[in-house]
Amino acid sequence: MTFGDEVREGFKLSFAALNANKARAVLTMLGIIIGIVSVTLMGAAISGLTNAFNNSISSIGADVLYVQKWPWGGGDNEWWKYRNRRDMKIDYADKIRRDATMLAAVAPVVQRLGTIKFGNRTANNVIVDGTTSDLAYVSNMSFTDGRFFTNVETRGDRPLAVLGSDVADQLFPNQDPIGKTIKVNGLSFRVIGVRSKQGSFLGMFSLDNLVIIPIGQFQDIFGTHFHPTIEARVADSKDMEDAKEELRGIMRKIRGLTPYQEDDFSINQQDLLTNAFNKIAAVIGGVGFFVTALSLFVGGIGIMNIMFVSVTERTKEIGIRKALGARRRTILAQFLIESSLICLGGGLIGLGLSYPLSMLLDKFLPTAMPVSLAIIGIVISLAVGVISGIVPAFRASRLDPVDALRYE
Amino acid sequence: MGGQKVIELVKVNKVYDMGAEVQVNALKDISLSIDSGEYVAIMGPSGSGKTTLMNILGCLDTPTSGLYLFDSVNVSDMDDNELARIRNQGIGFVFQTFNLIPRSDALHNVELPLIYSGVPVSERKERARKTLEMVGLGDRVHHKPNELSGGQRQRVAIARALINDPSIILADEPTGNLDSKTGDEIMLFFEDLYARGNTIILVTHEEYIAEHAKRIIRIRDGMIESDLPIERNGKVKAHHDTEKVTVGTGGQG
Repeated sequence: MTFGDEVREGFKLSFAALNANKARAVLTMLGIIIGIVSVTLMGAAISGLTNAFNNSISSIGADVLYVQKWPWGGGDNEWWKYRNRRDMKIDYADKIRRDATMLAAVAPVVQRLGTIKFGNRTANNVIVDGTTSDLAYVSNMSFTDGRFFTNVETRGDRPLAVLGSDVADQLFPNQDPIGKTIKVNGLSFRVIGVRSKQGSFLGMFSLDNLVIIPIGQFQDIFGTHFHPTIEARVADSKDMEDAKEELRGIMRKIRGLTPYQEDDFSINQQDLLTNAFNKIAAVIGGVGFFVTALSLFVGGIGIMNIMFVSVTERTKEIGIRKALGARRRTILAQFLIESSLICLGGGLIGLGLSYPLSMLLDKFLPTAMPVSLAIIGIVISLAVGVISGIVPAFRASRLDPVDALRYE
Repeated sequence: MGGQKVIELVKVNKVYDMGAEVQVNALKDISLSIDSGEYVAIMGPSGSGKTTLMNILGCLDTPTSGLYLFDSVNVSDMDDNELARIRNQGIGFVFQTFNLIPRSDALHNVELPLIYSGVPVSERKERARKTLEMVGLGDRVHHKPNELSGGQRQRVAIARALINDPSIILADEPTGNLDSKTGDEIMLFFEDLYARGNTIILVTHEEYIAEHAKRIIRIRDGMIESDLPIERNGKVKAHHDTEKVTVGTGGQG
């Protein structure tokens, strides 16, 4: 008997057997359907989160160092040690720029929420960034319109503003914002540029709901007691670690630390967030994997149970087939195909259900359903079918023909 | 009785372990041979070892000791898969309870042995159809077993037994589940098959069924009680004369 014939006969028999017990087949499939839906939804949620995170994290920049009081991701010390550190000062940026050899650009950034008005239109709770012209280089900014302010304009504290795309859309729905005068917390600024769209951070808040103004103007509006983040772009991303060491040395000098004192500042970078996220994603993935594995396990037990019933019911038939010359592997294949068909059917139905469900889920969580996930779902369901079918099928294949023929 | 030996048993024993050191000696030193083209009935009361002998002859089971040559091939210690091939190619079974696959139609039932021997689809459909026509069921090929009468079912089973052109046809009480008229029809079938040169082994406990055969082997307590040809008029020649048959040789070995 050729392999192809064996498989074809196995399929024919399995379809006939499943057809004869439709209700049973569907109920058995249900376990696999639930398992596959949970696997794919979990996978969709995790891959969606990862995509969203990777998109968001790119706005931070892989080659940008952030000098701050607090470390990202919580740090290793008690929180009050970080709280008791001295605050950052705006003039650190100039000092760093003067001493550094491996940094391309350094900019201080202070941040506050403000209200922006143009004519009778108002945008509330807009992020107002005060910075220097260097931020354009640090953040590698691009513009849909206009430009960033220059070094001269920063030094001269000119009342100029660069808008995030959300703010531009909101205040200037039908006109070109360039050259118009807006009010930031009551003070007038001339719009010189619109930043290209950045998207949102982890789907939580928009990075485009933003106005950037010279740091001196920021102090005129909000006062001088806000402490900046010093953002520095590394000249060559291959030298990230050396540049970080250099920056650390410069900061220690600025802070006047003796060799025995710990750093009283943190140098943050994208890696820290990525690491923190990866840790969280691993935990979510681990828990998710456990839960879904459990549901598939339960489904698999259901399949195994029903396959044992199926083998017992057809003991006589197995005896007849053996008497007519069916070999062990023929019988084995027949029952394996049957259990695989149940699981594959369940898997396909599960995928069919989880696709619309993932669309629904996307309204609450960033979700992505890549093709690879669908393939993984199908492979898993087939694997469950083979694994849970193998013991009953093996038992069927080993039946003694004499005993099997005598079975009523 | 001319022809080649198709079956040869030499001192075949079958011992069943019933646990707790209890052993049942179902067959004791059975030796016999059957030539190609013979029509043999195996008779015996229940518990005689008749069924055990049939299972061994049908390669469904192997002897505990002794030699079994089927078509001059030693099958005594073949494994499951090798035995399956012998059953597939060499033996056509006809059972008391027909043993058709209930969900498959007559054609597919008859096709089964060909599927297991790897005959391509178109050829096996053709052969199955022809064989069904031969047993007079050309108009019933797509009927399921439950849509056929008992006699028709047994004819499907006979067609299935014949399809691979086996060396022997092994029929176990083939009329046991049929009324006497239908039973007679089936026995006429076997007559016909015998006339065409098939080797037939009939296992039965009914005297009048056994008398269709040309030779009767009687089994009692796991031994051959007698092994005698039947006269042309259908009467058994001195079948109570057990003294003349020596157990273990049977004059055949």
